Amino acid sequence: MKTVKLSIIGFGAVGQGVARAILQKKDYLADMDINLVVVAISDRGGACVEPDGVDLEAAIGRKKETGSVATSDLTSLDVIKDIDHNIVVDATPTNIEDGEPGLTYMLEAFRHSRHVVTSNKGPLALKYNLLCEEAKKSDLQFRFEATVGGAMPILNLAREALAGNRIISIEGILNGTCNYILSRMTEEGLSYKQVLGEAQELGIAETDPSYDVEGIDTACKLVILANSIFGMNVTYDDVDVTGITKITPESLLLAGAEGMVIKLIGEVRNGDNAIIKVVPKLVPKNHPLAVGGTLNVALLRTDLAGPICVKGKGAGSMETASAVLSDIIAICKNEC
Amino acid sequence: MIVSMDLELKDVPGQLVRALIPVSESGANIMSVIHHHDQRTPSGAIPVQVVFQLTSGRLDEIIDNLERNDMRVVSVNKKYRLESVTLILIGHIVHSGMGDTIDQIDSTGFAEVVNVSISMPAIDEPSSASVVISASDKTELTKAVDILKRVAAEKDLLVIEPIEIDS
Repeated sequence: MKTVKLSIIGFGAVGQGVARAILQKKDYLADMDINLVVVAISDRGGACVEPDGVDLEAAIGRKKETGSVATSDLTSLDVIKDIDHNIVVDATPTNIEDGEPGLTYMLEAFRHSRHVVTSNKGPLALKYNLLCEEAKKSDLQFRFEATVGGAMPILNLAREALAGNRIISIEGILNGTCNYILSRMTEEGLSYKQVLGEAQELGIAETDPSYDVEGIDTACKLVILANSIFGMNVTYDDVDVTGITKITPESLLLAGAEGMVIKLIGEVRNGDNAIIKVVPKLVPKNHPLAVGGTLNVALLRTDLAGPICVKGKGAGSMETASAVLSDIIAICKNEC
Repeated sequence: MIVSMDLELKDVPGQLVRALIPVSESGANIMSVIHHHDQRTPSGAIPVQVVFQLTSGRLDEIIDNLERNDMRVVSVNKKYRLESVTLILIGHIVHSGMGDTIDQIDSTGFAEVVNVSISMPAIDEPSSASVVISASDKTELTKAVDILKRVAAEKDLLVIEPIEIDS
């Protein structure tokens, strides 16, 4: 049995989801001859460190009761630098201004010879090349499936399952909050503001929804796709972004009369007519991209396999944890 | 622009070629020629229908050239509707001059706005419109959509285009 030690940095919805997934999949992992040991978990309040393995149930309970997983004053950075382990799981929140604190955590992880799995889009949208160079310099793995499309496999699909294909373009719905708002506006004939209020009550939209509804989140995901799949060397500032705040119920009715729906579509394409943009578009009702609710969907156009479409849950604790776990397992198989 | 032209030719050798030369020399792409040998007119002329795509040449010059060569041009039908697209506009569409927006497309000569539906919920609220533009081919349709997007940007209107559909 191969023992792989990891830390979970950031213990919000995603970090806790990863802990639950590891607990739930203990036997599955054992069948693969993998013994995953979480040696440290940290959040803003401090860290809990246990070289033989943190009691994950107790950690989740402590977070719920006290608001922090901490049992010591050690910081996330202390864990990354000083605690012996193989993989850093960065589950800190996205910050599109400067990528911190995730950016520093990831760079430090590479400097201390640890592989990185992340669900945090900020550092990738801003400093993708730097992160990849640092990982490469130390011959370490850097995986980030959870940053795009939640549970829906897209990066690993393009890079591994579709290996040998040239990916011509990717377009899709990469933000569940926007999709929920537009779907509800279409179904109920309600205004943007009314549905936004409903989405906030349900916890689907944040109190400050601008990150989602202005298209910023979708743009960050496109940057990750552009850099990692198309090798485009772009940052967030290169994306042409229009959000959904101006969409009216009447426009959805007019689109409906033509057999169409309006969706916030992210599109990336390389080559002579390179495109990287986020914009509301008309989608025929029977088209594979016309998915409802909070679903995400992506259409990959490839040279050998033709069009490939994937859809799935784009957000959520367990769904994101699924993508993180798939990356952890890939590293265990390849490297550790 | 797609043009369908009905001609009447005299029943003498070489007439069909003489009829097609002015069309072809104008740079038009001839799409079909139907020679109705069995449907002579009372005067004994042979009806011919020519359909062509005109991109740069002028239709009135073609007609002049045909008539100068003693061909009878019976009717001319201009059609744009080979390619069309539906777009949605959102913003202060009427107050910013919908007529002007349509004119800018129609005045191109290669595309036209063939349908507009506007929904105006209240005076201060933004309106929404669906606009159907037709053109003779994809390139010209793209040009027309680009014009609409430029005009819309000047008027602070949001344009929602359809996704590209794989053929």
